Amino acid sequence: MKHTVSVLVANQSGVLARIASLFSRRGFNIESLSVGQTEKKDVSRITLVVDGDEKHLEQLTKQLNKQVIVYKVSNISNDPTVSRSMAFIKVKADYETRSEIIQIVDVFRGEIVDVANDSVMVEVTGDEGKINAMEELLEPYGIVELVRTGKIAMTRGKK
Amino acid sequence: MGNKMTGAEIFVKALEEEGVDTLFGYPGGALIPIYDEIFDADFKHILPHHEQGGIHAADGYARSTGKVGVTIATSGPGATNLVTGLATAYMDSVPLVAFTGQVPSHMLGTDAFQEADITGISMPITKYNYLVKDVNDLGSIIKEAFHIARTGRPGPVLIDIPKDVMVSKSDFDYSKPVDLRGYKPNYDGHPLQIKGAADRINQAEKPVIYAGGGVIISGAAQYLRELAEKAKIPVTTTLTGLGAFDEKSDLSLGMPGMHGSTEANLALSHADLIIAIGCRFDDRVTGKLEKFAQEADIIHIDIDPAEVGKRVAIDIPIVGDVKRILKKLNLRVEKKEANGWGNQIKEWKNVDNNNVKAVGVNGALSPRPVIEALSELTDGQAILATEVGQHQMWAAQFYQFSRPGQFLSSGGLGTMGYGLPAAIGAQVGNPDEPVFLLSGDGSIQMNIQELATIKKNKLPVKMIILNNKYLGMVRQWQDLFKDKRYAATCMSRQVDCPPKCKGPNDKCPEMVPDFIKLAESYGIKGEVLTEESEIIPALKRAIAEDGPYLIDCIIEREENVFPMVPPGGSLYEMILEEESE
Ligand SMILES: Cc1ncc(C[n+]2csc(CCOP(=O)(O)OP(=O)(O)O)c2C)c(N)n1
Ligand SMILES: [Mg+2]
Repeated sequence: MKHTVSVLVANQSGVLARIASLFSRRGFNIESLSVGQTEKKDVSRITLVVDGDEKHLEQLTKQLNKQVIVYKVSNISNDPTVSRSMAFIKVKADYETRSEIIQIVDVFRGEIVDVANDSVMVEVTGDEGKINAMEELLEPYGIVELVRTGKIAMTRGKK
Repeated sequence: MGNKMTGAEIFVKALEEEGVDTLFGYPGGALIPIYDEIFDADFKHILPHHEQGGIHAADGYARSTGKVGVTIATSGPGATNLVTGLATAYMDSVPLVAFTGQVPSHMLGTDAFQEADITGISMPITKYNYLVKDVNDLGSIIKEAFHIARTGRPGPVLIDIPKDVMVSKSDFDYSKPVDLRGYKPNYDGHPLQIKGAADRINQAEKPVIYAGGGVIISGAAQYLRELAEKAKIPVTTTLTGLGAFDEKSDLSLGMPGMHGSTEANLALSHADLIIAIGCRFDDRVTGKLEKFAQEADIIHIDIDPAEVGKRVAIDIPIVGDVKRILKKLNLRVEKKEANGWGNQIKEWKNVDNNNVKAVGVNGALSPRPVIEALSELTDGQAILATEVGQHQMWAAQFYQFSRPGQFLSSGGLGTMGYGLPAAIGAQVGNPDEPVFLLSGDGSIQMNIQELATIKKNKLPVKMIILNNKYLGMVRQWQDLFKDKRYAATCMSRQVDCPPKCKGPNDKCPEMVPDFIKLAESYGIKGEVLTEESEIIPALKRAIAEDGPYLIDCIIEREENVFPMVPPGGSLYEMILEEESE
C-alpha cells in the first residue's frame, strides 16, 4: 500500500543526505520525495510517498523520529489532504497534430509553455492519476522527454 | 564575556566544562592548533598507537565508568581509522564523543591533502555528527554532542573541526542549556502500560526476564534484582547485559541465544511471559524468529521506540528509561514464593552443567578451567574485556559476572581488535580495579601495537590468550558445516603447508609470533601455560605482578563452543555437545 508521509525537518545542509542514507540502509523504498522550505525559514517539509505495509511504515516513522534533525513525522495518507505534483512533457508536434495536442492539454487544464518546430512542451499539474492520464493520451504522438516532481501535500482545514 | 578565545582554546575549555578527565588522542597536521592547547590542559591525554586503539579505549573507558568516552584523531586517515570504533560503539549504545581535525574550510571538497568526508562516512554509524562551519558555534556544538551522546539511548557523536575554525576567535559561553527541537527522549513510561505490565506479571505462571545492556546503561541493576527476587522470576542476561544480574543467584539463567545456556534457551522457549528489558531481540539471541517464544506474551521496556516491535511483535510496549520504569513497576508487582516453574528451571540447569562443554580432550589444556579459576580468584568482580570469537563465548559462559560495567565485549558488531584497547581504557578509568583481557590468538593481533600503550602508561592489565592457533570461531563453523575444510583459519599455517590441510598434526609449523617474546620486547612479562595444574599458580603470579602480565594458554586446538543453536535454527534445537566420531 502507498502512504504519504509528511516530515518537518531542520532546514540545514546535510539533512537530505541524512534522510537518504537512513532510507537506503534500512531498506525503505521511496517512490517520490520533495523538499522545500516552509513558512518558517529554519524548517523544511519533506513529502514522501512510500510503498509498504503497516509494519514497514511504523519502522520508517520511528527511525525518522529518531533523527535529531527531524521535528515531526505525520502519516497523512488517511487525512483529508490536497496533493499535487507537476510534470513537463515534451511531445512531438507538427502542423497536423499540434491542434489536437492543444485540445488535450486544454481538457486537462494544462498549459503549452514552449513551442518548437517539431515539438511542444506541456506543463500539467494535478494528482498522480491526472498526470498519468495526460501522459497516456500524449503517448501516441511521441513523448520526447518527461520530467515530473515529487508530490507535495497539505492537510485540509486546521493544522 | 568579552575575552575572545580561539577554537582550540574553546575545545579544551569545553572538555573541562564537561568534566572530561581523560582524552584518548592521536595528533596530526590538522590538529596542531588543538594539540598546542592540549599540551597545557588539565586532563590526562593517552596516546594510543593507532586511532582504532584510541577509540576502542575510549569505549572501554565509557562502558566501565558510565561516563562519556572522548577521543580525537586527525583529518583523513586519522578520521577513517575511527570508523570501526564508531560502528562498534553505535551497535552497543556506548556514549562517545569523537573529534576529528579537518582541512581548512576553504579547501573542503577539493580533495585536499588528508581530506576525507568523515561526516558523510560516519553518518550511518553515529547517533549524530557535526561539521563545524563557524567558530561561534563550536562551544554549543560540543555541549550538544555530549548531551546527545549520554542521554536517551546513548551512542557515539562525531564533531569534525576544520583547521581554520581552531584558530578563529569567538566568545565562549557554556552556560546556555541544550534545547534541541528534534531530540527529546521520553524517559517516563506510560503509567497505564506499566500497570498493564504489572497485572500481566502477577498472573504469569512461567515468566522469564530477558535483560540486555540497557539495564546497565540505565543504572537499573538494583531494580532488576528487586523485580526478579520479589516475583521469583528467572533472569537471562544478553552478552552486553552480563553483569546486570548476579550470576551466583539461583534465579540467574546465564546468557541466551546461539551459545547461550540450555536453561536460558529452554526457559525462553517455554515461558508464558517474557519481560524484555533494555534489549533488542538480536538475531543471535532469538534464533529463528518464527519459532521464538511462541507460547509467550511479551512485555518490552526500552528507551528507543524504534526497537519496540522492530523484530518481534510486542504485547505490552513501555517506552522510557528502564530504571524509572522498573522502580514504578516493582511497586505494583506482587511478591511470590518459589514454584513449579522454578523447579523446572533447576532441572534444565542440571542438564546444562552435566553436558557442558569445553573440558579438556586428550589431556590438553581446556578453556573452561582457565576461566573458572579466573572467576574464582577474582571473586567474579574483575573488569574483563574480551576480543571476539570462541574465547569470548567461553568468557560469557564460565565467568560468573556479578556487577554492571565489568564485562567489556563487542556484542553487536563483533569487532576483533576491540578487547585489548578496551582493557586499556577500562584500566585508565578504573586505576584501582583489576582489569583482565581474555583474548584469542587471532584477535589480539588486530591491535597488538597497544602493548606499547600498556607499557608506557604503566597499566597493570593482565592479558590471557586462549591460544588455539586458529580463528577458532570460524573454524568451528567450518568443522560443523563445511566438513572441516579449514579455509584460511589456521594461524600457524605457512606457505609450505599442504594445500588442503584439514586439521592439526605433528608437522604443523611453530606459531608466529611467539607472544611471550613479543611481550618481552615491549617490556611486558609473561609466561606460557600448558598444564591444567599450573592454571592457578600462573594466574596468581599474574595478579601478584605490579605491572602488566601476559599468559599464553596453549589450549586444545579444535575444541568447539557448546551448546550451539545452529544458524537459522530455533532456540530449543541446540546442539549440546560434540558428536563423537
Ligand atoms: C574485525 C573482524 N574480522 C573478522 C571477524 C570474523 N571472526 C569472528 S570470530 C573470528 C576468529 C577469532 O579468532 P581468535 O581471536 O583466535 O579467537 P577464537 O575464536 O580462536 O577464540 C573471526 C575471524 C570479526 N569478528 N572481526
Ligand atoms: Mg584462536
